[in-house]
Amino acid sequence: MACIRWCAMALAMAAVPAYAQQPDTAKLREEIKQLQQRLDELEKKQQETENTAVQAAQQASSRPQSESALNPAVSAILNGVYGNLQRDPDTYRLNGFVPTLGDVQPPKRGLSLGESELGFMANVDHLFRGTLIASISPDNDAIEVEEGYIQTLALSHGFTVKAGRFFSGIGYQNQIHAHAWDFTDAPLAMKAFLGGQLNEDGVQVKWVAPLTAVYVDLGAEFGRGRAFPASDRNKNGFGSSNLFGHVGGDIGTDYFWQTGLSYYSTSPQDRVYTDLDSTGTSVDNSFSGTSKLWVLDGILKWAPDGNATYRSLKIQGEYFHRKESGTLTYDTAGASLGAMTDSYASRQSGWYAQAVYQFMPAWRVGYRYDQLNAGTTTLGLVDSGALTAADFPILGAYNPKRHTAMVDWSPSEFSRIRLQVARDYARQGEPDNQIFLQYIVSLGAHGAHKF
Amino acid sequence: MRIFFGFLVFLLPFKVFALNVFACEPEWASLAQELGGDKVSAFAATTAKQDPHRIEARPSLIARIRGADLVICSGSELEIGWLPLLFTQSGNDRIQLGSPGYIEASQYVVKLEVPRVVDRALGDVHPAGNPHIHLDPRNIQRVADAVSGRLAEIDPGNADFYRQRADSFRDRWQTAIKRWQQEAAPLKGVAIVVYHKDFSYFINWASMREVGSLEPKPGIPPTPSHLAELVEQMKRNPAKVIVYSAYNNPGAAQFLSERATIPTVMMPFTVGGTDRAKDLFGLFDDTIERLLKTVK
Repeated sequence: MACIRWCAMALAMAAVPAYAQQPDTAKLREEIKQLQQRLDELEKKQQETENTAVQAAQQASSRPQSESALNPAVSAILNGVYGNLQRDPDTYRLNGFVPTLGDVQPPKRGLSLGESELGFMANVDHLFRGTLIASISPDNDAIEVEEGYIQTLALSHGFTVKAGRFFSGIGYQNQIHAHAWDFTDAPLAMKAFLGGQLNEDGVQVKWVAPLTAVYVDLGAEFGRGRAFPASDRNKNGFGSSNLFGHVGGDIGTDYFWQTGLSYYSTSPQDRVYTDLDSTGTSVDNSFSGTSKLWVLDGILKWAPDGNATYRSLKIQGEYFHRKESGTLTYDTAGASLGAMTDSYASRQSGWYAQAVYQFMPAWRVGYRYDQLNAGTTTLGLVDSGALTAADFPILGAYNPKRHTAMVDWSPSEFSRIRLQVARDYARQGEPDNQIFLQYIVSLGAHGAHKF
Repeated sequence: MRIFFGFLVFLLPFKVFALNVFACEPEWASLAQELGGDKVSAFAATTAKQDPHRIEARPSLIARIRGADLVICSGSELEIGWLPLLFTQSGNDRIQLGSPGYIEASQYVVKLEVPRVVDRALGDVHPAGNPHIHLDPRNIQRVADAVSGRLAEIDPGNADFYRQRADSFRDRWQTAIKRWQQEAAPLKGVAIVVYHKDFSYFINWASMREVGSLEPKPGIPPTPSHLAELVEQMKRNPAKVIVYSAYNNPGAAQFLSERATIPTVMMPFTVGGTDRAKDLFGLFDDTIERLLKTVK
């Protein structure tokens, strides 16, 4: 650089005497101007060379030297809870609804480590993307695959296909990992109708409509039916199916919405649950028949100018409606009054609505209301007089409900501390006051901002 | 059912023979429109009032990216929270990573602030360097070259048209850069406090000196204790100006401005950030003018 300057100056000086004799200073100026231009060009060229060199050096230094360059993105989610519950969480039940054998209990009393989550994600090749998310339960040392699926990248016309284990596209919140929920625990309706959260082993095909004014998708899932409301049936073909569709869009720059409808159907065989019969004996009862579940969901988000950094509001609600019909076998093991089978039919529903308001950066408050409607359950064994309603206490008509409020603080995008209080009327006649203090942090790969 | 499909057909847009460009940020939408003219229909996924880090992969964006022929994003992890989701949800093979239909603008420029140590304790750092590359006018030219090349590749029938537009843009842009260099000369060496590290490329281009940021760490909102430190720092070494972007809340900047008696000014940051920043030319005109007015 210095050399160029000096050379140019020397040239300029050399040029000066030659023209000094001539009175035409305009020409001299022109000459100097040209030299200046050449100088600028040279400097620019040198700058560019330097830039390229810097870039090359940067790329060389950032180029990893080992195979680890192609490691998938790895993330880990840690969460811990302090629970203060009026009633023993081990006795948790939703009166009026068939127990699901799912993960529906509230967190433990006292301090506990929640499920830790480990995620690996990467493009497999130019055709597929792979995702594996495992949850590690701290108490029974079990590792469970929450999601493990491949997804197509190379289909066109709005189609994507997913295969493996994934959170089923039933309703809205079922597809979201627990660490990204706005409350510590699942809505009662998810506990009653999906056994907490339903992940299915199956195939999903989704199509996004070629529209720009509004978002429309349609999809279908076919699965093995590995968990409630299905029963793993050990048969070829499909054990469960789910059809869904969504419509969504923006209203101006401040509002975003989406609504969806899904229809899940399965035919469980010998789906067992445990209850205390009229003699006080713990008996196994089992259901065989068809189970159909409709879920209607809606989300509305607001943020001034669509900028959720400072203030935002999210309103979310889902309505579940289930119809089951078939046969119920009482006391399959013959532990009490002996096995008996007759018809079973039920129509039940439930819903929740919640609002979460971010009133300043990092701080949010939220409220959720849960309501289940036990609807009608018709038991052939009771109608025929073979047994009484007292032999099926858990199915007795009762409408659970719950109030939940929370406040959380997220100092960065990667950490959140939440305080939640709830009054839970899940057990008939035994309301439960629950307080949870929870942290959730994420390590590694940047999380996705799902709508 | 028939009514339903009839409804769908009604919603289908009329077939227009224009390339659909999906730009993550308004500056790239503006550039694509500039380079593509009426052969291109550019959509900006974010506005100047939105923080491009904090966008969700919402339904309307999926609907838009599904039909995109070309996606232009800053890259370098600026859109990492939402763009990967849009890709997997799009069902569009033309715009996936490695396809001609995807341009990551920051790959075409020399990035500043490439961290030597990457750790979240340092805030939301981008391992590949600062992704807010568009406020150096020379970078716009580099990306323009890449974009016009891609337009010609994707739409070869109009390759000559794109080449002409590219030449015309280059002429006008180079002239504008010369003018801006002269106009921005008084900014040389001027000490500046920024809100977020989204102004670094301009500072580098104009040879200004960044002496602080309102965010204690990148991506962490301003805290009272950090602002108090800045007030002290400004007493010892005052900056000449505090800038924030159209998408930042002016509160923190005003707090510091009042206590340290340093003027504060809102920057358009990108196309659409102010009334004057209607296009890329207006963006630089307004940015330089606002700074000059305040620094004087």
